[in-house]
Amino acid sequence: MSKVKKGVRLDHISKIYQDPKTGKDFYAVKDTSLTIEPGSFVTLLGPSGCGKTTTLRMIAGFESPDEGEIYLGEQAINALTPNKRDTAMVFQSYALLPHYNVFDNVAYGLKLRKVPKDEIQKRVMRILDLVELTGMEGRMTNQLSGGQQQRVALARALVIEPSVLLFDEPLSNLDAKLRVSMRTEIRRIQQEVGITAIYVTHDQSEAMALSDNIIIMNQGVVAQMGSPQEIYYHPNSEFVADFIGEANFLKGTLEKMDGDHAVLKVEGHSARVPAKEGMTPGSEYTVVLRPESAVLADQGGLPCEVTLSCFMGSYQNYHVKVGNTLVKLTDYNPKNKRIYQVRDQCRLVFDPESVHIL
Amino acid sequence: MAKSQSAALDRKKLMADPIMVGTIVVLIAFLTLFILYPLAILLVDSFYGGNGFTLATFQKVMAMPTFRTAIGNTLKVGFLVGILSTVVGLLFAYVEVYVRMWKLVGGLFKVVSMLPVVSPPFVLSLSMIMLFGKAGIITYFLLGMEDNSVYGFWGIVIVQTLTFFPVCYMMLKGLLKNIDPSLEEAARDMGASRSKVFMTVTLPLLLPGLGNAFLVTFIESIADFANPMIIGGSYDTLATTIYLQITGAYDKQGAAAMAVVLLCITLCMFIVQKYYLEAKTAATLTGKASRGRMLIEDRSVTIPLTLLCSLATIFVIMMYACVPIGALFPTWGYKFTPLTFKWFGQVFSRYHGLQAFRDSFVLSLIASPITALLSMIISYLVVKRKFKSKGFIEAVSMLAMAVPGTVLGVGYIRGFSGGVFHTGFMQGLYGSAAILVIVFVVRSLPTGTRSGISALRQIDRSIEESAYDMGADSFKVFMTVTLPLIKDSFLSGLVTAFVRSITAISAIILLVTPSVYLITVQINEFAEKGAYSIACAFATILILITYGSVLLMNLFIKYFGTSKKIKEG
Repeated sequence: MSKVKKGVRLDHISKIYQDPKTGKDFYAVKDTSLTIEPGSFVTLLGPSGCGKTTTLRMIAGFESPDEGEIYLGEQAINALTPNKRDTAMVFQSYALLPHYNVFDNVAYGLKLRKVPKDEIQKRVMRILDLVELTGMEGRMTNQLSGGQQQRVALARALVIEPSVLLFDEPLSNLDAKLRVSMRTEIRRIQQEVGITAIYVTHDQSEAMALSDNIIIMNQGVVAQMGSPQEIYYHPNSEFVADFIGEANFLKGTLEKMDGDHAVLKVEGHSARVPAKEGMTPGSEYTVVLRPESAVLADQGGLPCEVTLSCFMGSYQNYHVKVGNTLVKLTDYNPKNKRIYQVRDQCRLVFDPESVHIL
Repeated sequence: MAKSQSAALDRKKLMADPIMVGTIVVLIAFLTLFILYPLAILLVDSFYGGNGFTLATFQKVMAMPTFRTAIGNTLKVGFLVGILSTVVGLLFAYVEVYVRMWKLVGGLFKVVSMLPVVSPPFVLSLSMIMLFGKAGIITYFLLGMEDNSVYGFWGIVIVQTLTFFPVCYMMLKGLLKNIDPSLEEAARDMGASRSKVFMTVTLPLLLPGLGNAFLVTFIESIADFANPMIIGGSYDTLATTIYLQITGAYDKQGAAAMAVVLLCITLCMFIVQKYYLEAKTAATLTGKASRGRMLIEDRSVTIPLTLLCSLATIFVIMMYACVPIGALFPTWGYKFTPLTFKWFGQVFSRYHGLQAFRDSFVLSLIASPITALLSMIISYLVVKRKFKSKGFIEAVSMLAMAVPGTVLGVGYIRGFSGGVFHTGFMQGLYGSAAILVIVFVVRSLPTGTRSGISALRQIDRSIEESAYDMGADSFKVFMTVTLPLIKDSFLSGLVTAFVRSITAISAIILLVTPSVYLITVQINEFAEKGAYSIACAFATILILITYGSVLLMNLFIKYFGTSKKIKEG
């Protein structure tokens, strides 16, 4: 694709909806500013109702923002109708035209652009090859499997060579295995074509696997934006930590600073954690502990009691109580390790570098 | 919070689409001029005297004993017909959905639900007179009764019930099918008898639906003009009284006031039906039945029910069959043999038959594509688009459903005979064939729109959005995506509009001029004169035309409809 890549910029965007039950207005998206770099793959991730789909539909032009301006490259596109925007969307329900076959579905956008017939033929076939559907062009869409239909939808969006590709939970109608292979596929194609992609999902593993950057949304506002690693290891709030992966929260008051580390009193026992700026002794802090970053041992760490011990195959699942705080642990590769049983008294041990302080 | 920016942007986006804006403007103009305006002018006429607001016209009209009786008559007939049609319709629907019956009976049911659709409105009145009247085959020749009168209250009630119960049957059948069988099985499992289950589970679930069916027939009965005209005798209903007020007493202002009264009655009931009962029906009977129902096979139930329904069906079919047969007798009531085609001959040789069929056919043929296209456009706008005047378009096109033909006819007379607002503007329209086409369109628009709306609701919004997103403008989306996907609904809308137009009478009879011959008007004229044989001949040919076009269209849908191809696989 020879086109100049374009980024997307949202400048203080808000969208107000009316609650159908109470009749009250509320912000579906509130004062959101984002910059999406050209050629990058960005995921909008969040629970249902967080405003991610609304944001995507505003970029596509189906909804109009109540505040702010949306830019595609340098161009303000607020007043443009969806058909005049240089974006193409892949829908959750695929939204293939049921009265057309695969070829005509993919060719639809090109025909509207009055591309000459032989060029349509060439471009459609090339794209079908890219999504590995060669030989299927004569099929009706209802003769295809879910995964194949999704590839047609992707091909149809790609063939018009838009500046930005929009995905609205495209894999949520597929079964688990197909979802995994399709997301690899989507990432491969996006990398090959080098197109800017914005992807909405509520599935965190999808977001992790696909994105250069993840934008986590909650109740209409951006909670955090960053690379998958940043978001996983350095969440900026309990919400983000809890939403991405499993998280345990240990609450403790700061006893003292110890160089790069802080010593917190957690459930009556001291624990060393990395320090952050501006900590004051006596205040309460929350530590994020991932289930895989702590182990059970006979000494060191914090004293605890096992309340659940369950073999899951690739890992042993523990629930332990540190004082009144419940901590969930996953101990990978449990073969040949000591397995603690319910009511065992033991120690919860973690490396200070593997936890994150909020 | 201010939603002003999104509103402004949505407006801008709409304006960027001139075809869409143009369509909306034309639609609003059409609906205003041909539905709202004629009704508004009735109000103005009946409340506006020479110098300002007056109730004098109403007082005058209400003082007429004939009019007061007519109101009572209409309500009495409507009430009884509503109840009878609902009961008979429920019986048929229940038997079809719950009882295992012979294939043949199922076929008869289909015929019965089809007949009222394809036949002109007064066919049953004709055959009622011919079978049970003074010289009726059954009453006079078989039973030897002299002077049996079918004219009047009972005549109207029987004929209207037979005409309208299939509507209830179709409505209730749909609802019964939606009842989850496990609800009733649960009740049976707890020890309830079959009748107990019907009384405590099925009936309560169905209650809003029954109310709905009752009101729909009530409105139809009140609005019916043709049957009371022919079989009512001296028993006048509102529709016939209004007609006589115009054609007999030449009192257009009085007729306008009467029309307002009739409109108020139907409108009130329509609002209750549409906004209260329909919502309630949807609320109690949502989800689809999870699986098939165990049909009742108990012979003590199936045999009497099937027998009862079969007899009723055969009676109805006999009534309809009476019309073509009646047209073959040399003189109805006196001379039955040899069968002759002379009446059919006379239709064409003496009574402008060819011209009547040509006029009716051509006008309906012009009206039906306009109606079908308009109703699809309205449904598309209502279901798929959001813009400010959408509520107006939806409300007015639904309003047309509640307006009796007679009221519309009077409205057109008052509204267009002297031009728009009596200014002479567009006066040429009145008395032309064009106004007949417009009436046809307006009369069939609501049915088409309703079927279009329900067809479009089935289509995932994102299919059209995807086309829009690919770069198609609204017009392209409508032509390449929406219309192909609801092609079946469009085609059946085409037939329905054609059939409704060619069999229409109530509004048309007030507007038709001597230069145009319409079949229905001819039939009405001959039936009124007592020339039943010639009326039957006309009606037979009309039924053949409508039935033929329905068959043709079904064939067409079967081979060219898209939905079948989409549904397969």
